[in-house]
Amino acid sequence: MKTLEELHTIRQEKRKELELRINTKADTREKHILVCHGTGCTSSKSPEILENFKRILKEKKIEKVRVIKTGCFGLCAKGPIVIIRPEDTFYAMVTPEDCEEIIQTHIVEGNKVERLLCKDIDGTIVNRLEELNFYKKQKRIALKNCGVINPEEIDEYIAFDGYTALEKCLTTLTPEEVIAIITKSGLRGRGGAGFPTGKKWELTKASEGKEKYVVCNADEGDPGAFMDRSILEGDPHSVIEAMAIAGFCIGANKGYIYVRAEYPIAVKRLEIAIKQAREYGILGKNIGGTGFTFDVEIRLGAGAFVCGEETALLESIEGRRGQPRVKPPYPAQSGLWGKPTLINNVETYSNIAQIILKGADWYSSIGTKNSKGTKVFALGGNVNNIGLVEVPMGTTLREIVYDIGGGIPNGREFKAAQTGGPSGGCIPKEHLDTPIDYESLKEIGSMMGSGGLIVMDDTKCMVSLAKFYLEFTVSESCGKCTPCRIGTKRMLEILEKLCNAEGSELDIYKLEKLAVNIQKASICGLGQSAPNPVISTLKYFREEFREHATNKECRALECKAMSKITIHEEKCKGCGLCQRHCPVNAIEGEAREKRTINQDKCIKCGTCLTSCPFKAIG
Amino acid sequence: MNENLNQDNCKWKQEKKFLENLFQIYLPQKDNLIQMLNEIQEHYGYIPMEVQKELSNFLKIPMAEIYGVITFYSRFSLEPQGKYKISVCLGTACFVKGSQKIMDRLTERLKIEPGQTTKDGLFTIDQTRCVGACGLAPVFTVNGEVYGKATVQKLDEVLDELMAN
Amino acid sequence: MNHNLISLKIDGQKVEVEKGTTILQAARQAGIDIPTLCFLKDINEVGDCRMCIVEVEGKNGFATSCIQKVEQGMVVHTHTPNVLEARRMILDLILSNHAKDCLTCTRSGNCELQSLATKFNVTQIEFEGERINHKIDDLSPSIVRDFNKCILCRRCIAVCKNVQEIGAIDCINRGFDSCISTVGNKSLKDVNCTNCGQCIQACPTGALHEKETIDEVWMKLKDPETYVIAQTAPAVRVALGEEFDMEIGTNVTGKMVTALKRLGFDKVFDTNTGADFTIMEEANELIERLTQNETLPMITSCSPGWIKYIEMNDPEMLPHLSTCKSPHQMFGALLKTYFAKKEGIDPEKIYVVSVMPCIAKKFESKRSEMKNNGFSDVDNVITTRELSRMIKQANIEFTKLQDSVFDDPMGEATGAAAIFGTTGGVMEAALRTAQDRLTGKELEKINFEQVRGAEGIKKATIEIGGKNIKVVAASGLANAKKILEEIKSGKADYQFVEIMACPGGCVMGGGQPIKNSKIRSEVDVRKLRAEALYRIDEKSIIRKSHENPIIQKIYQEYLEKPGSYRAHKLLHTHYQAREKYKL
Repeated sequence: MKTLEELHTIRQEKRKELELRINTKADTREKHILVCHGTGCTSSKSPEILENFKRILKEKKIEKVRVIKTGCFGLCAKGPIVIIRPEDTFYAMVTPEDCEEIIQTHIVEGNKVERLLCKDIDGTIVNRLEELNFYKKQKRIALKNCGVINPEEIDEYIAFDGYTALEKCLTTLTPEEVIAIITKSGLRGRGGAGFPTGKKWELTKASEGKEKYVVCNADEGDPGAFMDRSILEGDPHSVIEAMAIAGFCIGANKGYIYVRAEYPIAVKRLEIAIKQAREYGILGKNIGGTGFTFDVEIRLGAGAFVCGEETALLESIEGRRGQPRVKPPYPAQSGLWGKPTLINNVETYSNIAQIILKGADWYSSIGTKNSKGTKVFALGGNVNNIGLVEVPMGTTLREIVYDIGGGIPNGREFKAAQTGGPSGGCIPKEHLDTPIDYESLKEIGSMMGSGGLIVMDDTKCMVSLAKFYLEFTVSESCGKCTPCRIGTKRMLEILEKLCNAEGSELDIYKLEKLAVNIQKASICGLGQSAPNPVISTLKYFREEFREHATNKECRALECKAMSKITIHEEKCKGCGLCQRHCPVNAIEGEAREKRTINQDKCIKCGTCLTSCPFKAIG
Repeated sequence: MNENLNQDNCKWKQEKKFLENLFQIYLPQKDNLIQMLNEIQEHYGYIPMEVQKELSNFLKIPMAEIYGVITFYSRFSLEPQGKYKISVCLGTACFVKGSQKIMDRLTERLKIEPGQTTKDGLFTIDQTRCVGACGLAPVFTVNGEVYGKATVQKLDEVLDELMAN
Repeated sequence: MNHNLISLKIDGQKVEVEKGTTILQAARQAGIDIPTLCFLKDINEVGDCRMCIVEVEGKNGFATSCIQKVEQGMVVHTHTPNVLEARRMILDLILSNHAKDCLTCTRSGNCELQSLATKFNVTQIEFEGERINHKIDDLSPSIVRDFNKCILCRRCIAVCKNVQEIGAIDCINRGFDSCISTVGNKSLKDVNCTNCGQCIQACPTGALHEKETIDEVWMKLKDPETYVIAQTAPAVRVALGEEFDMEIGTNVTGKMVTALKRLGFDKVFDTNTGADFTIMEEANELIERLTQNETLPMITSCSPGWIKYIEMNDPEMLPHLSTCKSPHQMFGALLKTYFAKKEGIDPEKIYVVSVMPCIAKKFESKRSEMKNNGFSDVDNVITTRELSRMIKQANIEFTKLQDSVFDDPMGEATGAAAIFGTTGGVMEAALRTAQDRLTGKELEKINFEQVRGAEGIKKATIEIGGKNIKVVAASGLANAKKILEEIKSGKADYQFVEIMACPGGCVMGGGQPIKNSKIRSEVDVRKLRAEALYRIDEKSIIRKSHENPIIQKIYQEYLEKPGSYRAHKLLHTHYQAREKYKL
């Protein structure tokens, strides 16, 4: 247990020690080697890199250099990432074997390891992280501490103003005042629907009940979205602090974090964070002597996308199948075990402490009229800089895709971007300049969603994309209500027909009819939004649907039933690369002669397409 | 397969200690069900029927309901998993980069569908949602180890190697 | 202004209802019907099927009328084109995944899905596609599960898990693969099912039905060598008429006997006579236990669903069960011994068919203990519904039948036996005899109002001859569980406990006519049927079992006295611990 004074001392001392993390001119003789330990980098051996650094430093008896594991830096495509502070040198795609050289050249000799320095899309060598185009248009609020602190050390969180907001709330503000700040900041739910956070807190506070609960929705399930995971991995205390503040506001003493079991690293860091917070008396009874009691428990999800829906999540916490409840009543009135419950998502919580500290005006100065602050996106797909980005609301899609994302690889054309995952929609080229906020995305038939942003180039077939999302929905539908359980299945069947060259125009009509009614008649958000990918692709790419239905053509050559991969005789130079790469020996022809594809054997895997140096296959 | 099952039956009996311990840690409250199932899945690699029965007694929840919960959540399995569990990420980022082709190839080579285990008990294949390695898309994992920037060819190499072992 | 009243508009009509009323209730009160499928009043109010959707002005999407409560000033539209299109599509989707073999379906004509399809004039399915295909589970002697006809309304789960607190079935898998099943998709016979059949009563379609055995009856009726006897339980006569569109609670005893005779049964007897024997034996057992300080409380054993429940769940409580067989088993045993001997018929040639409101009796009659000298007491149990089907097959115009009476010499029964069919009835009948036996007087007070009525648990202290006897009658297995817990924990000191597995007793048994959701929300079916039984009792000349001359005669001629060696051999049984789950 620590008193508030003791926490202040820790904050001051630790802050001095960690100044070099954020200040290149810090007055220090220390160096910190930061090794990204997000899931992406971890799976490319960053723990081994960390160990190697430590071992080599010990062997060489080098002092004043610390090796720190951090959360995600964002630019996952360049992982594993190593950053050396205070000079802020950015090494990309580091392997465990590179450690020796980095220590010798950088630490001992004071030179940079040129070959490992990160290169920008245009080939320029980047010395420092912030010189990267990828970071230039970003603004980090939710991700403030990600990649800066060691998420497994509570002192490091405290050093960067951690738990000051909670202290401020408990000692100088009333719950009403805190809620007023949140409301004024304009923060809206980052889980996707964008419900005003302050309002939600107010409603839950107003609900009568002795027992209330605070829940953190960390069941991030959109395929291709990993914002929440990165926050939990990189800065778990920010979520815990915000939940305690929420508990103080609504009158709850107990919180649950519902997190996917598929996120083992996030779970582990949360467990450590909760344990440390309890040891410091930041969670538990009579927090910091203020009389406020609050504790947090982790509940693991077990692989059901629908549990991201708030009422399904509650069912799951209660130990049941994650089947949504009919609303109303809303969780604010009747939630966990029928008690008033506040549910916010991870990213929403991660903004709270800073809003309290820096003020509502600061926060609301960022963003657009109705959407304040920043939004974290998981940028993926056919884009150069795959990774995690945080941008002010109002940034255009074009800026994200081209300035931050570095454009489309392989000289391909941008075709569409998908936001909101299986609940969202596609945004075509003509809307690239739409500023990203809740309303404008909705207007063009997509939605903010939790933050997955997938870029697609012109090799992507929009009918099969719609099919992909419907496959997802069908396999993740809980099966409770009829429209979603059977309706989405029927939609998928129609899309399969279209992709298999068995569809007709009538099928498109049926598809739309199903879509509209499933939207309106389903119980929960999953069912209601399940048709969105179909509706939006139909809106912008109806022509492609028609081609599939009537001409049995797939312009992106993706639908196997309609596509045939052939070698253009005039371009083929007979190099035989395709033949060597073909996994099923479908390519025939003698050495130095033009090759042909045996269509009976071809599985249309596309390996030959990418292996051909002369672009002779299509 | 049957042999495997029998072996695993023996295994769970030997490891009854694990269950006793589990029943010590958790209170017999309904909301502990999913937590406990997660631990059981982790320990055994699946959730044996006998264990479901014990759990039903402990938590006073009918077996049908426990079974309903197990079959609802994709993390839980009712059968022992293969020696190598290969999961292909079908998250959007991976899908856009062609992970379906990896999955197609996998089912073609092992002649089983996602969620199934080969007769020799060697391989289980599965599709997973985003594993968070979108920077390496498309990815597949073998027993949790991530293989990034995957191609059909790379998959074949990995499979050949595993089979040769 | 009454603050508990809410006024709203439904389809332009001004409606005033109490606060807390759902939109569906409010509409129905105003005479506006909204179609439902998954809704079953007080049992399943979950809003899964989406048929009951309506539009509420100012609200996005549809409102779920079976759940959503009315609000002041609400403007509801129940059949806008949008609502109708969506409902029609939902119905279409359900039908697209349904085995549409209505012609051969047991529920044809009394199927909620079929009647909606008719209402919506569905002549073809617009969204055909893959259909679920499950194996039919017909291994249980009582219940058949045909998932291919299931619409996943989950009414069966609600009744099994919440009302009966059994949970033999639940929803498994998810999405399109969701289905209602048992653990590991085992047969109902291998899991904790008690065969109460309440799930069948809840099912809107033919997905759950009794294991029909009328073909065997027809076969035996055709065989001139076989002497086929029918016996009918008390609850059947007050419900059978419903299958022929007669009012709920009509007593059709006379027509039923005529119909059975016309069907070709050699003899038609009344199980009520068996019930009188049960009372004789049970009252005797109670008195013995009371006077000889044996295991108390004594718990009744007439309800085979209850018996299976306690055997599976609380075998250590089995000594509390009365050793009496249930009335039809007692009666069957006497038919194959006393009656056979008296009439000079080879018991091997006798085929006893019990017409019961119960499907657990199908299981009961097959228990190995229910045999004597190698002969089953009862050879076949058919339900009220099955009897009505036989009558329909024979083209008998039931409503036009003349009354006739049960056959001699086993035909006469008392009013006490009639009320066996409702919760509290066995207790009341037993008390009538026990009180006379204990006091040695013929007491006038024979109505025990304390144990009548709809409550699931009815407790009373009854003074007999200066002695207070604590009794309790519970119906529904959840209530039974509560009472058992009280006894086990020593919180209660009852002497006599009556338990019936079905909520409300046999009149609401799993084999009774099935009432659809709408009827069940508007009419108290239990009450009407039970009242009919009490009327039979009131009108009976003899209302105490021990005063029944037939009973007296058979004891004199054959059984000697209650609890005698022969009585024990024929009329009593024993119980066994049973595994809940056969894995």
